[in-house]
Amino acid sequence: MNIKKQFKDGLITNNPVLVQLLGMCSTMAITTMLFNGIGMGVSVLIILTCCNVVISAMRKVIPNDIRIAVFVVIIAGFVTIVDLLLQAYIPALSESLGVFIPLIVVNCIIIGRAEAFAAKNTIGASALDGIFQGLGYTIVLTIMCIIREFLGSGSFGKGLINTVNGVIGTGDGLQIFSADLGAKVLTMPFGGFLTLGCLIAAMQFALRKSAEKKEKEGNK
Amino acid sequence: MLTSILSISLGAILINNFIFSQFLGCCPFLGCSSKVDTAVGMGLAVTFVMGLASAICWVVDTYVLQALNLGFLQTLTFILVIAALVQFVEMFLKKAIPSLYSALGIYLPLITTNCAVLGVVLLNVQNNYNFLESTVYGITGGLGFLLAIVLFASVRERVEFAEYPKSFEGFPICLVTASLLALAFMGFSGMKIF
Repeated sequence: MNIKKQFKDGLITNNPVLVQLLGMCSTMAITTMLFNGIGMGVSVLIILTCCNVVISAMRKVIPNDIRIAVFVVIIAGFVTIVDLLLQAYIPALSESLGVFIPLIVVNCIIIGRAEAFAAKNTIGASALDGIFQGLGYTIVLTIMCIIREFLGSGSFGKGLINTVNGVIGTGDGLQIFSADLGAKVLTMPFGGFLTLGCLIAAMQFALRKSAEKKEKEGNK
Repeated sequence: MLTSILSISLGAILINNFIFSQFLGCCPFLGCSSKVDTAVGMGLAVTFVMGLASAICWVVDTYVLQALNLGFLQTLTFILVIAALVQFVEMFLKKAIPSLYSALGIYLPLITTNCAVLGVVLLNVQNNYNFLESTVYGITGGLGFLLAIVLFASVRERVEFAEYPKSFEGFPICLVTASLLALAFMGFSGMKIF
């Protein structure tokens, strides 16, 4: 398997959110603060990688007819593990993500990658696919969080690691301009739909431009 | 009792609409809303499954998981109950109402992975609702979903004929439309009942 190609696929050309349009709910719901976005992204990355490895290892044992049910059980198992770990070690994150941590079970990215990739490829390639697709997801979440947090409440990285005592989830972040001046509506559901819409439009624009450029070079 | 039921229902349909304020069930909301007919079918099927799932999962949670102190198995159990339920509904509809079954088609099995269904069940547990409240929350949450998806589908049918930048073609324009609807639904957020 070509690592470089997988890397580019996961992050850009086949990005789970911007190109495959998977996992919309969590992308829009929790991207109000950088802290949430990174937490969610890393959780999904870990779960996706573990599930891909297990499913890929079991791909020859799982009967074809009930594979979706088996996938769901494996995914639910890993989600429960991550959920309990977060509750124990990073309660602030667990509280602010709330119901969206258990809802990773029905996040289409994980079941989509299991079906499209892990069920057909070797363990190593599936693990890499999990990492890169998870990274692609995390990057999109991070970009959305930065935009929405900055424009909505004028801050950056609120709630990340506290620089004084190192406790996760209590930091003040950077207040770039006063929160009163921010467009609060961007941190509300309206902003979620709008920001994601604009990001996907920007992605389509970039992909179209690069395709046109390639075509032109081909014609020469 | 009645007031709590009323405030749960109004809350689930308008104020905390599952799609426009909680982002639950966005995938079918964006995927099955290109025509009003399919949107109505999808909305009704989701309402039905959400109501049933809320009732059954409440019973399972209270009498099996809580009683045996197995709370950590919640996510796993609920998703299995929902998957079994959807399968059962599918089989029942196929035998009893074949016309509705063929109209829903592929969307029926996909309800399993609709996060609104798992979401409503988890929220019921989180909010400590009793049996009646859970069922009402499930059904009215589904009705809120139905309202949202039908409104959205009717707007989308008109957007098809509008002119917009080429980069917004397809998905992005839907999201922008949805964002405007969400803005409209924000008007309900100040509402307080009782």
